[in-house]
Amino acid sequence: MDYFFFLLFALIAVVSAVNVVVQRHPIASALSLIGVMGSIAVLYLALGAEFIAMAQIIVYAGAVMVLFIFVIMLLNAGAEERRGRSWTAQLLGAPVLVAFLGMICYFIQREFANAGFMKFGNFSGGSAQSVGLALFTDYLLPFEVTSVLILIAILGAIVLARKEMD
Amino acid sequence: MVFFIITLIKIAIIAFVLLTVLAYLQWVERKVIAHVQVRMGPSRVGPHGLLQPLADVIKLITKEGVMPPHVNSFFYLLAPFLAVFMALISISVIPFGTQLTVGPYTTWMQLTDLNVGILFILAVSSMGVYGIALAGWSSNNKYALLGGLRSSAQMISYELPMSLAIASPLLIAGSLSLREIVNSQAGYNLGFIPKWLVFAGPFPQIFSFIIFMIAAFAETNRIPFDLPEAENELVAGFHVEYSSMTFASFFMAEYANMVTVCSIATLLFLGGWHPLWPVEYGSNFFAPLILFGAGAICIYHGLNPARPLDRYTLPVFGIVFFGLAGLMLFPPTVPILMPLFWFLAKCGFLLFVFVWIRATLPRFRYDQLMGFAWKGLFPAALLNLLVTGFLVALAS
Repeated sequence: MDYFFFLLFALIAVVSAVNVVVQRHPIASALSLIGVMGSIAVLYLALGAEFIAMAQIIVYAGAVMVLFIFVIMLLNAGAEERRGRSWTAQLLGAPVLVAFLGMICYFIQREFANAGFMKFGNFSGGSAQSVGLALFTDYLLPFEVTSVLILIAILGAIVLARKEMD
Repeated sequence: MVFFIITLIKIAIIAFVLLTVLAYLQWVERKVIAHVQVRMGPSRVGPHGLLQPLADVIKLITKEGVMPPHVNSFFYLLAPFLAVFMALISISVIPFGTQLTVGPYTTWMQLTDLNVGILFILAVSSMGVYGIALAGWSSNNKYALLGGLRSSAQMISYELPMSLAIASPLLIAGSLSLREIVNSQAGYNLGFIPKWLVFAGPFPQIFSFIIFMIAAFAETNRIPFDLPEAENELVAGFHVEYSSMTFASFFMAEYANMVTVCSIATLLFLGGWHPLWPVEYGSNFFAPLILFGAGAICIYHGLNPARPLDRYTLPVFGIVFFGLAGLMLFPPTVPILMPLFWFLAKCGFLLFVFVWIRATLPRFRYDQLMGFAWKGLFPAALLNLLVTGFLVALAS
C-alpha cells in the first residue's frame, strides 16, 4: 500500500514536471505544474504531514498557480514557437543532462546510504500545532522578517499601480 | 476489509443522496423564486412539478453535445470535469451527524475525519476556480474569456475574507477537525442559549458569520455576485460554448458548492448537529411535530382538493410525513435521526436564504464587486480576526 501510493504519486510528480518543460502551450505547462504541486501534497499527506500538505495545495496549487493562469489568460499568450536550437545546446544537451543525473544519483547514494523506505505517518512534525510552535519560537525572526519583506512587495505593487494611473 | 466495505457503502449512500439533493435543489429554487414573484413555477411534470428534475436530467443527458470547432478540445472537456470533481469531493470531510451503530459495527456519519478537515475544504475550493477559468479560456470566445477572467479575479478576492472569517471561529474552537469543532459547540449557556460559535464567548462570531456568508455568495457565483455569468453583459459568461452534459456539470458544480458552503457555515457557526434548545425542553419533539403538521395539512388539502389530482397525490405525501414523524419518535432511531435532522434543518435554512436572496437582490456592477471585497469586506475580516485573537488570548 505504502509503496504503491508513493510510486504512483512520485511518478505523477515526475511526469508532470517533465511535462511542464515539454509542453509548448503556457496554460498546459501551468496545469502540469499544478499536477506537480498536487502530487507532492499527496506525498506529504502520506507521510503524515497533513497541515503541510494542505498548505502546499492552498498556497501553491491554489493561490500562486491561479495568479499564473490568470496572467496567462489576461495576456492571452499563444503556443510558443519552436526555433532551432543553438549548436552548443544540440551537442552538449544530452551528455550534460546524463552527467548531472549521474552526479545526483552518486550524492544521494553516498549521503543516504542506509536510508529505508518511508512508511505512512512516519513524520510527526507536520500538524498545525507543531508548525505554529516552530514558527513562533525557533524561527520567529525569519518569520517576522518575511512579513516585512511581503509588506515591502505590497508597497512596491501599490506604487507601480499608482504610476500607471496618472 | 470491513472498513473498506463500510466506506464503500457510505460513499454510495452519500453520493446518491447528494446528487438527488442537487437535482431537487434546482426544483426548490425554481419553486421558491416563482412564489416570490407570484407565479406557479414548474407544475406540469408530476404533481407540483416534482418530477421536473428527472425530466431535466433526461433532457440534458440525451441532448446532443455540440463541441464548437474553434475550442481547445482537451481543456474544453477538462474544465467541466474539474469543476464537478472539485465541487463534489469536499463533501467527503463533512460530518452529518453522530455515530451510527449497525449490528456490531460503529461508524460516523462522515466519510473521513481529517485532522485538517477545514483546510482541506479551503484547498479544494481554491482549486475549484480552475474549472471556470479554463472553461472561459478554452472556449476561445470573448464573452467566455471575460467571464472566466472575472470569475478568477472574483474568487481570488473573496477567498481572502472567507479564509479570515473561518480563522476566527477556529481560534475559539481550537481545532481544525470539523468533528471536534462541532463537539466543542455542545452545551448551553444559562441553560438555554446554545454554545454555538455565533453566540460563543469571549467574542461572539456573528460578524465572522456574516462576512463568511457574503464571501460564500461570491465564491459560489450566486446573485448578487454572479458576475461570471452575467447574462445581459456576457451572454452567459464562461459556459456560453457548452451544451448538454458539460453545460449541466457546471450547474451541478454550482449547486454542490452551495451545499458545501452551507454545511461549513452550519458546522463552524451554527453548532452542526446540536439542537437549537436543550433536549430537556423537548427539542426532540420539534421535528415530529412539524412533520405531523405538514402531514395533517397535506391530508386536509387532499380531502378538500383545489385541483383534481390533489385528491390522489396529497394524501400520499401526508402518509409519508406521518411515517417520518413516527420514525423520529421511535426510540432506537432517535439518536441517529435527531442530529441528522438538526444538521439538515440548519443547512436547508441557509440554502433557502441563498434562494431567497437570489429572488430579492439585483446584480452588483463589476467595479462595485471588487471594491466591496477589498475596501469593505477584507478590512472588516482582518479587524474581526484581530479582535477575536486578542480576546481569545486574554481569556485563555
